[in-house]
Amino acid sequence: MSFRDIANIAGSAMNAQSVRLNTIASNLANADTAASSEADVYRARKPVFAAVFEQKGIDATGLAGAKVQVLDVVQSTEPVREAYEPDNPLANAEGVVFYPNVNSVAEMTDMMAASRAFETNVEVLSRLKSMQTALLRLGEE
Amino acid sequence: MAINFDKALGIHADALRLRAERTKVLASNLANESTPGYQARDIDFAASLARATAASEEGGLTLDIGAPDMKYRVPNHPSADGNTVELGVEQAAFSQNASDFQTSLTFIGMKLRGLAKAIEG
Repeated sequence: MSFRDIANIAGSAMNAQSVRLNTIASNLANADTAASSEADVYRARKPVFAAVFEQKGIDATGLAGAKVQVLDVVQSTEPVREAYEPDNPLANAEGVVFYPNVNSVAEMTDMMAASRAFETNVEVLSRLKSMQTALLRLGEE
Repeated sequence: MAINFDKALGIHADALRLRAERTKVLASNLANESTPGYQARDIDFAASLARATAASEEGGLTLDIGAPDMKYRVPNHPSADGNTVELGVEQAAFSQNASDFQTSLTFIGMKLRGLAKAIEG
């Protein structure tokens, strides 16, 4: 039986989705964090997911499941926003400040997708628990 | 007349295992809902059953879960990142599979109660 594997798979997905939510929170929090040079400005971060196909079970009868792995968190290569604000204390010699390339609308929709995906895996775990409980009760009246 | 427990339970014990394995495959699909390039898979339960029925010689029907018919899901609407998991489809399949698991479990429970009645008299 592969209940433990299933719990691991759902757990890996929940972990990946919480990393995704973490980056979204970080992006939204820093959406308006200005910097005085293009190199120093915050850039939107995105996690990169990959599927990890596991080997068959010890008894070689089980099917191969696939966990989720967070390969890396990469920075967005979109151009950063420049604004002419000579009054800003962070402005450089030309009076320009740099703002992050965070797209708030895209981050918000991404946040909804991530939390739905997380909830799906919570649901998988709760269904799994009821299946396992029913199996343990087998033979009882 | 000897009671053979394996035969008494029939196909349901194997069906239960196959459904537990299918749960894993469907859970993998749901877990990789946002993994680029991941292709959703499923077990062709009908094909597994048909093959088992054709192969069974002596009444007893067994499913060979060592080599189940794994297939890739054909998406209704392909996405740009190559991921073929469709959340609604997978959720429905997972829910149905959990109910099927419960059904197999109920059948086994009924068989066991029948055996208990036969033993106790």
